[in-house]
Amino acid sequence: MSRGLRLIPIILFLFVLSGLAWRLVKPADTAIPSQMIQRPVPQFALPPALPGKPGLATTDLATGRPRLINIFASWCLPCASEGKVLQELNHRGVSIDGIAVRDTPDAIAAFLARNGDPYERIGADRQSELQIALGSSGVPETFLVDGRGVLRRQYIGPLTDANIPGVLQELEQAR
Amino acid sequence: MIAETGLAALWLAAGLAAYQFLLMVLALRSDIVVTRPMRAVAVVQGVLTLVAFAMLLLVFARSDMSVALVFENSNSAKPFIYKVAGAWGNHEGSMLMWVTILAIAGAFVALFSRRTGERTLVAALGSQAVLALGFYAFLLIASNPFARLWPPPPDGQGLNALLQDPGLAFHPPTLYLGYVGLSVAFSFAVGALLTGEVDARLARAMRPWVLGAWILLTLGITAGSYWAYYELGWGGYWFWDPVENASLMPWLAATALLHSINVLAARGALKAWTMMLAVIAFSMSMVGTFLVRSGILTSVHAFAIDPERGTFLLALLAIYVGAAFILFALRGATLKEGAPFELVSRESGLVVNNLLLTVILGIVFVGTLYPLFVEALSGEKLSVGAPYFNAVAGPLALVLATLVGIGPLLTWRSNRRPVLGRLKVPALLGAAALVITVILAPRIGVLPRLGFTVAAFLIAASVLPLVSRNPLRAPLATWGMVVAHFGIAVALTGMAANAAFSSERLAIARPGETLGVGPWQVELIGVTPTAGKNWTANEAELRASRGSGAVTLAPESRYYSDPPTETNESAIRTFWDGQLYTVVGKGDPSGAWQLRLWWKPFVTLIWAGGALVAFGGALALLGRLLPFLRRRRSEPDWRRRYA
Repeated sequence: MSRGLRLIPIILFLFVLSGLAWRLVKPADTAIPSQMIQRPVPQFALPPALPGKPGLATTDLATGRPRLINIFASWCLPCASEGKVLQELNHRGVSIDGIAVRDTPDAIAAFLARNGDPYERIGADRQSELQIALGSSGVPETFLVDGRGVLRRQYIGPLTDANIPGVLQELEQAR
Repeated sequence: MIAETGLAALWLAAGLAAYQFLLMVLALRSDIVVTRPMRAVAVVQGVLTLVAFAMLLLVFARSDMSVALVFENSNSAKPFIYKVAGAWGNHEGSMLMWVTILAIAGAFVALFSRRTGERTLVAALGSQAVLALGFYAFLLIASNPFARLWPPPPDGQGLNALLQDPGLAFHPPTLYLGYVGLSVAFSFAVGALLTGEVDARLARAMRPWVLGAWILLTLGITAGSYWAYYELGWGGYWFWDPVENASLMPWLAATALLHSINVLAARGALKAWTMMLAVIAFSMSMVGTFLVRSGILTSVHAFAIDPERGTFLLALLAIYVGAAFILFALRGATLKEGAPFELVSRESGLVVNNLLLTVILGIVFVGTLYPLFVEALSGEKLSVGAPYFNAVAGPLALVLATLVGIGPLLTWRSNRRPVLGRLKVPALLGAAALVITVILAPRIGVLPRLGFTVAAFLIAASVLPLVSRNPLRAPLATWGMVVAHFGIAVALTGMAANAAFSSERLAIARPGETLGVGPWQVELIGVTPTAGKNWTANEAELRASRGSGAVTLAPESRYYSDPPTETNESAIRTFWDGQLYTVVGKGDPSGAWQLRLWWKPFVTLIWAGGALVAFGGALALLGRLLPFLRRRRSEPDWRRRYA
C-alpha cells in the first residue's frame, strides 16, 4: 500500500472529528423555522373558539397595520407563562389574534380567566391544520404579520419580557 | 461507606491500568519479559472494577438517596428490578459498566490467551489498559458515579419512563459487552502492529472475541429493534435513527472482520485489511458511544446532553482512534501479504463480502453524519431518513444476501468445484418466488419483491454446505455458518413481508365502533382508567376478530409521575402469520379515542431471523472453543505454569 493510501483513513478521521467537535461547540438548535416566512398567510377561515369573540380568517389579517398571531392552547403550560407578556404588548397598542390549537371553549374560557385575554379574535384550530399550514411545530409560537398579510417573523416558544423591545421594533419595521 | 469503597476501587484500578501501560513500554523497548506481572495486574484490575460496579448496584438496590446519582435516577417507589437496572440507565453508571466490562475482558485475555506470542500479548494487554485508563479518567474527573449529596434528600427523581421496561435490563449491557469485545480485537491489532506479529496465530486469538462481540451486537440490535417496536408505539422495527445507526455500524464492521479474520486464520492473507477492520470496528463502537452519551444528535436515545462530557469522550476517541490509524499508517506497509489466491475462490468471495459490507457501512456512516456536516459547512438544516438508506443500502444488501448463498460453496485458494450446478434448486425457488409475487401481489414495491426472491434463494442455498457431506460429521463452525446464513434469509422474508403487506389504520373511535385493518375487524369496547406502582393509565379494551374467534387486546397510554412522562404501551397479539399491533392515544372530552392499528404479516420473522443469526454465531463460537477447552483439560499443569 502506498503512503498516500495509508494516510486516507487519518484524513477522513480528522474530518469526521472536526465535524463532531463543531457540533459539540455549537449544540444543535432543535427549533424548526417555518418555511412560510416572507410569504402571504395561507387562505383560511377558523370558527370562533369562544362564544362572544369572533373567529379568525385570512381577510382579518391584511388590515394595513402589522399584528401578531399567537398560537396557544389551554393545555400548554408555557402558554400560561406567556400571558403576562402578551398583555403587556397589548397595553402598548399591539393587536394580537389567537389561534387555539386542539382545544374546547370551556377550557379556553378558564385559561383566559386565569392568564388574561389579550386577543382581539380567537380562531379554533381543532385538528392543528392551520398550525401545520403556517409551519409551526409546537405551542406556543407567535407570528408577526405585516399590513399586507405577509408573515414576517416567527417566535418559537413563549415570549418573555426580554422579547418585548425586539417585538415592538419589528412591528415598527413591518409597518 | 459503600459508595466510598466503590470510588476507592476505581482509583486503584486506574493506578493499575497506568502501571500496565508502563510495563508495556518497558517490554517493547527492552527484552525484559513482563508477561507474568502483566497478566496478574490485568486480573486484579478487572476484579477491582467489578467491586466498584457491585458497589454501584448495591447503592441503587438500597435506594441510598445520599448518592447523587441514585437521587437523580431512582425513586423508592420503583419496582426492585428497575432500581437495579437504574444503575446503568444513566450516564455515569453506564460509563462505569463500560469500563468494568473493558477491564474484565482484559482480565480474561490475561487468564486464557495462549495463542499469540508473549510480546504481542503484553502489548495487547497494555493497549487494553490504556483504553480503560481513559475511561477511568473520564469517570473520576468528569462523571463520578459515587458523588454524595448533603443533606440526603427524602426521595429520588425517578428514571426516564421509557426505560422502565424489562428490555432496559438487558439491552445496554448486551450492546456494551459487544462493543467491548471489539475492544479486545482492537487491542490485539494494536499489539500485533506494535510487535509486527500479524499472523494466523493472532487471527485465531482474536477470533473468539470478535465472534463473541458479534453475537452480542446481533442480539443487542435485534432486541433493541423489538424494544423500539413495542415500546415507542410507532409500529416500526427500524427507524434509521442516528443511535440505531450507531449500533449498526460496529455490527457491519464486526461482520466484515468476522469474515476476513477467517482468511487470515486459514490462509495468512488479508493481513493489513484485517488489522484495519479491527481498528475500524472498535472505532465505530467508540463513535456510537460518543453519539449516544454526548447527545449531539437529535434522537430518542439522546438522554443526556452535556458538552463537557462530550468533549472528554471526543478527546478519548481522537486519541485512541487517531493513534491506531497512525500506527497503522506507519506499520501497515511492513506487513507481508500471505498466500496468494485466484479470482474465483473462497478468499475472493470473502473479499467481495468485505467490500460490500464496507460500502454499506460507508453509506450508513455518511447518512448519519451528513446533516451535521451540511449544517457545519452551509448552515442549512436537513435530515436524512429511511428513503435514502433504503434506496441506497437496500439493493447492496440484497446483492450481499445473494452472494451469501454462493460464497460458502467456493473452495480456498482456487475453486475446483462446479458451483453453478449446485445452485439449481435455490435459483428455481428464487425464480418461483418472483413469479408468485408478480402474479399474486402485482402492486408491491421493487425492493420487497426482490427481497422475497433473494430470501427464497438463500433459504435453500444457505443449507447447501451441509448437503454434500454427512451433516453430523460437519464441524460445529460450519453448522453455525449455515444457521446464521439461514437466519438472514428468515429475517429478509420478514422485512419483505412487512414492507409489502402491512396495513395501518389511524382513526378516532367511540366505544362500540368497529374499525377494519387488513383482514381484522377491531371493536373498541371501552376505555377504563387504571393505575400501577408509579403511573396511571387509560386502558382501552379492544376486541378483534377475523372470521371466527375473537381476541381481546388492552393497549394503554400511561402517565408517569416522576418525572412526568407519557408513554404508549402498545398491545400486540402474535399469530402464526403475523402480529396485530394496537395503540391507544389521546381521548377527547366527548369520549372519542385515537386508535392506531396495524396488521403486520410475518413481522416476527425479522427478530426470529436475528436470533437465528446470533444462535449460528454461538454455535460457531462453541465450535472454536470446545477443542481449546478439551486441550486444556488434558493439560492439568497449565495452572502451575501460570502461577
